[in-house]
Amino acid sequence: MGALTLSGIHKSFGAVHILKGIDLDVADGEFVIIVGPSGCGKSTLLRVIAGLEDATSGAVKIDGADVGHTPPAERGIAMVFQSYALYPHLNVRDNMALGLKHAKFPKEEIAKRVAQATKMLSLGSYLERRPAELSGGQRQRVAVGRAVVRKPKLFLFDEPLSNLDSILRVNTRLELARLHRELKATMIYVTHDQTEAMTLADRIVILRDGVVEQIGTPMELYNAPANVFVAGFIGSPQMNFIDAAALGRHDAVTIGVRPEHIRLDPAAGDAAGAVTHIEHLGADTNVYLDCGKAGLLTIRLFGHHDFDIGAKLFARFEQDKLFRFDGDQRAIGKGA
Amino acid sequence: MSARQSTPRAVAAHAILIAYTLIALFPVFVILINSFKSRAAIFSQPLSLPNSTTFSLLGYETVWAQGNFILYFQNSVIVTVASLFCVLLFGAMAAFALSEYRFRGNSLVVLYLALGIMIPIRLGTVAILQLIVASGLVNTLAALILVYTAQGLPLSVFILSEFMRQVSGDLKNAGRIDGLSEYRIFFRLVLPIVRPAMATVAVFTLIPIWNDLWFPLILAPAENTKTLTLGSQVFIGQFLTNWNAVLASLSLAILPALILYLIFSRQLIRGITSGAVK
Repeated sequence: MGALTLSGIHKSFGAVHILKGIDLDVADGEFVIIVGPSGCGKSTLLRVIAGLEDATSGAVKIDGADVGHTPPAERGIAMVFQSYALYPHLNVRDNMALGLKHAKFPKEEIAKRVAQATKMLSLGSYLERRPAELSGGQRQRVAVGRAVVRKPKLFLFDEPLSNLDSILRVNTRLELARLHRELKATMIYVTHDQTEAMTLADRIVILRDGVVEQIGTPMELYNAPANVFVAGFIGSPQMNFIDAAALGRHDAVTIGVRPEHIRLDPAAGDAAGAVTHIEHLGADTNVYLDCGKAGLLTIRLFGHHDFDIGAKLFARFEQDKLFRFDGDQRAIGKGA
Repeated sequence: MSARQSTPRAVAAHAILIAYTLIALFPVFVILINSFKSRAAIFSQPLSLPNSTTFSLLGYETVWAQGNFILYFQNSVIVTVASLFCVLLFGAMAAFALSEYRFRGNSLVVLYLALGIMIPIRLGTVAILQLIVASGLVNTLAALILVYTAQGLPLSVFILSEFMRQVSGDLKNAGRIDGLSEYRIFFRLVLPIVRPAMATVAVFTLIPIWNDLWFPLILAPAENTKTLTLGSQVFIGQFLTNWNAVLASLSLAILPALILYLIFSRQLIRGITSGAVK
């Protein structure tokens, strides 16, 4: 219960073409994260799935039924918004119950579901409070609770964590992962944060300018990005892209190597450079090495390392972890 | 800059504001004190407070005895409250449509309504009179209510649509996903949030309607449809003006407007939007 199929979704606002033919299959119970930079159309895509916007062309199917003309409330979906969008005049209990009341559920059923969601999200002590009297994290939990009580086929999340501070964000991320395990529900989640995508998703959809760049599990995207954009988007710090000619290679136009796949060597290596900056993160050390024609490389070393600024060092690439890209920025293949 | 350094500026600002307040309130004050004085005292000492020799309730007695004062009062209240209700309700609904839905001609309608703010409705008096005569509404309160609604709508739509644009789209969408109808979204979610704006519009709409002499004189001058402002005019004659009665009726006319204003300005200050989003 809860498979989603998108085929050929186009969406234009006047002359602005936002979504340019999105095809996507989401299996029942899957956690799919749509990720991309600002303005890539990911939120619009979510709104089309929810029925808050009509697609210009293309079909949205939930459990095989075309829902193109079904109003949002009857699609069997629930949505959690970035701004929480709680009803300001209702307390927490009524915020969660409103949708069910409108769908004319019996009182006992509503009370039962609200009690379940309250327990699941530990909202017990806030039930009588209004949204204004809650902290950001609590509001977010109420917003999730409001989605949970609907027992939807499909959960839609629109950047639910981006208004939370970083500690709360990690906690809520864990909560969402737990929620997904417990409910076994299908979830579609939109974010611009690749860390959220990597940690939560069963599969990630990378969107750019209204076009799907790649769909795959987090490790597929990390290990086999289809192009320069995906390679740069997944992984932090970002992958280094080096002009192949600067390395004296002719089997590719651009060579990509992740910061964690470079070692520093005082004697010899693939590229020579001078240390320009060091970041100590505790567990890791990020070293920035200016390699002249090869550009500024980011190198991620594990543990604590110290170098003098300006020190001459060689970067040694792990040869089997190199990515090669052609003139159209597409991946050619991995390794040397 | 610290608060201490800005003290002289604060004093200056307050002095200017207090001076302005005094200037604005002075005529009202003069009307009030003179309404409690005898006719002779009004002319001999117009600025002095009523004392034991000059004090007189003659004006109020005349108003009570002569004019159909209670009826005028009632007419004014009916016309003002009904017009306000229509202006706020239809203005808010139009504003919601214009700010929320994308449709062909949306910006044209907005522009058309903006024109309504710029062109005074009195320019159309002749046409309005013809219209009212043709529809048989002469000497009815309905005629006044319709005209005042038309007069108030453009500004109301203009102000309210600006405010409604700022209402979180997520909130409305959350309502749609919970199955609320567009009417419920409008009445239960959006209206409470724009309540301060509604109060602003109400105040701006209320005062000109309450004080208007023009349309009551032209459209509804009959005895049983006279408004308070028009009714007060019976005491102003070509050769003799009963100043006691005029001042007394004007003093009484201030009261309801003041009460309505106080109600709305309380709304202006109160806001329940905090915590709705973010």
